[in-house]
Amino acid sequence: MTKKPIISLNDVCFQYDGQDNYALHSVTFDIYEGEWLAIVGHNGSGKSTMAKLLNGLQFPNQGKITVCGLPLTEENVWDIRKQLGMVFQNPDNQFVGTTVEDDVAFGLENMGIPREEMVLRVQDSLKKVKMEQFLYQEPHHLSGGQKQRVAIAGVLALSPSIIILDEATSMLDPRGREEVLEVVRDLKNENRLTVISITHDLEEAAKADRIIVMNKGEVYREGTPEEIFSMDEELIKLGLDIPFSVKIGKAFRQKGIDLPKHYLTEEELVTELWTSHSHK
Amino acid sequence: MMEKMIFGRYVPIPSVIHKMDPRSKLIIIFLFVAIIFLANNWITYALIALYTFFMLGLSKVPFRFLYGGLKPVIWLVLFTFLLQLFFTKGGNLVFDWGPIEIYEEGIRMGLFISLRFFFLILITSLLTLTTTPIEITDGLETLLTPLKKLRFPVHEMALMMSISLRFIPTLMQETDKIMKAQIARGVEFASGPIKERIKAVIPLLIPLFVSSFKRAEELAIAMEARGYRGGEGRTKYRQLSWRMIDTLQVGLLVILTILLIIFRS
Repeated sequence: MTKKPIISLNDVCFQYDGQDNYALHSVTFDIYEGEWLAIVGHNGSGKSTMAKLLNGLQFPNQGKITVCGLPLTEENVWDIRKQLGMVFQNPDNQFVGTTVEDDVAFGLENMGIPREEMVLRVQDSLKKVKMEQFLYQEPHHLSGGQKQRVAIAGVLALSPSIIILDEATSMLDPRGREEVLEVVRDLKNENRLTVISITHDLEEAAKADRIIVMNKGEVYREGTPEEIFSMDEELIKLGLDIPFSVKIGKAFRQKGIDLPKHYLTEEELVTELWTSHSHK
Repeated sequence: MMEKMIFGRYVPIPSVIHKMDPRSKLIIIFLFVAIIFLANNWITYALIALYTFFMLGLSKVPFRFLYGGLKPVIWLVLFTFLLQLFFTKGGNLVFDWGPIEIYEEGIRMGLFISLRFFFLILITSLLTLTTTPIEITDGLETLLTPLKKLRFPVHEMALMMSISLRFIPTLMQETDKIMKAQIARGVEFASGPIKERIKAVIPLLIPLFVSSFKRAEELAIAMEARGYRGGEGRTKYRQLSWRMIDTLQVGLLVILTILLIIFRS
């Protein structure tokens, strides 16, 4: 796969009004087309600020951001938002419509899409997130995971090239979280989407193609999940944790049982353990 | 209980009135409120009554729901009736007992005015009983569109209304949650002297307010991220359709108006 940057950040600094410290300080990295990038970091590491900068809800004090070849400026911001869909943390506070179909249509209405096309796009994107039978449902009858899937459908309806999940699964129960991530994974594969997931759930990050660790407003480390989780002690010092399977693997190693590599998912670890005897 | 107050109004049954366009319903209500003042004798009141009961019949709304709308104002109707009965003088003296004098005209005026009230309430509650709040919002938005020329923020008002409607159940759930959390901390909402009970509402309202502001801010950010920048150049997903029945209904009301003008004294 050729790595073509779809978003570039170049020496980006950002400071909230009335605060001494930089929320982001001299951040430089690229996000490549078609990848799943996880941005992790503890609270206040600047990861949510990053999301706000990427779609122009805030503008950097210094540095340059380029999205889909367009420099992010006040003039371009609405064009960029068409390319870049965002799903936020609280399922309730991003549900604008009175019913599922109205909510999915909200973004389309904003773009001035003709009604006939809207109807098709609403149905199509709800089908993609497996919510088509809830068309006329009101939000208070839906679970958190279902509401987040509707939010994703709302983003999809605009056919963006990038989706940002800003802690989109952090308020969900494990089942809702799995539902949402599965939908995003399928969509990414089918539609060549770039997914940026901002999270502190390391199980979620473990499944990404690449991880960026943020600390105190700076990029602390960047690498594949395997590289990142082999940092273990260092991660814990940053206020992050390591996935359960990596922890177990570490405990085995301390007991003198050497496992060949870091296991990022429980499945991989279990497979290694129950086949380990036959490997000898 | 609160949920019933707001949503218990709409009765979802398939009827001709339910299927009508909210615009025609709103137009009819406004006109009806105006023309009811044309009625001033028995025959015109009979026409109004006939029309009202005809509409109620078409809506198929069970009587107990209509009674629910009437109940809160029944005392007001009775009070106006008595006021007219005792203080209107004219015609023959019907009843005389010391300071209490009742004239023929008093009975007539009392009856007429309370009937007027009665029909107005029936017809207006028919609107909320057969139309969902969001339909009413859509109807109002379209009807008020001409006011945009006068810089009246029609789109913003409609959006505000629909967002409030969408958040009512959410805030209800939240109120319930906060209430339980406060009960667990020893706050008593349901018992104790009235003064204490009013005080107990404060630890309920403050968290609710704080979280509402937070919600509002997050919603605004989410809306902006989804490309919302005011009503300019926006298309609409919800569509209203004016059908034959709507034209017929408006026509019926026009006929009623003409009849009222002919028969009023």
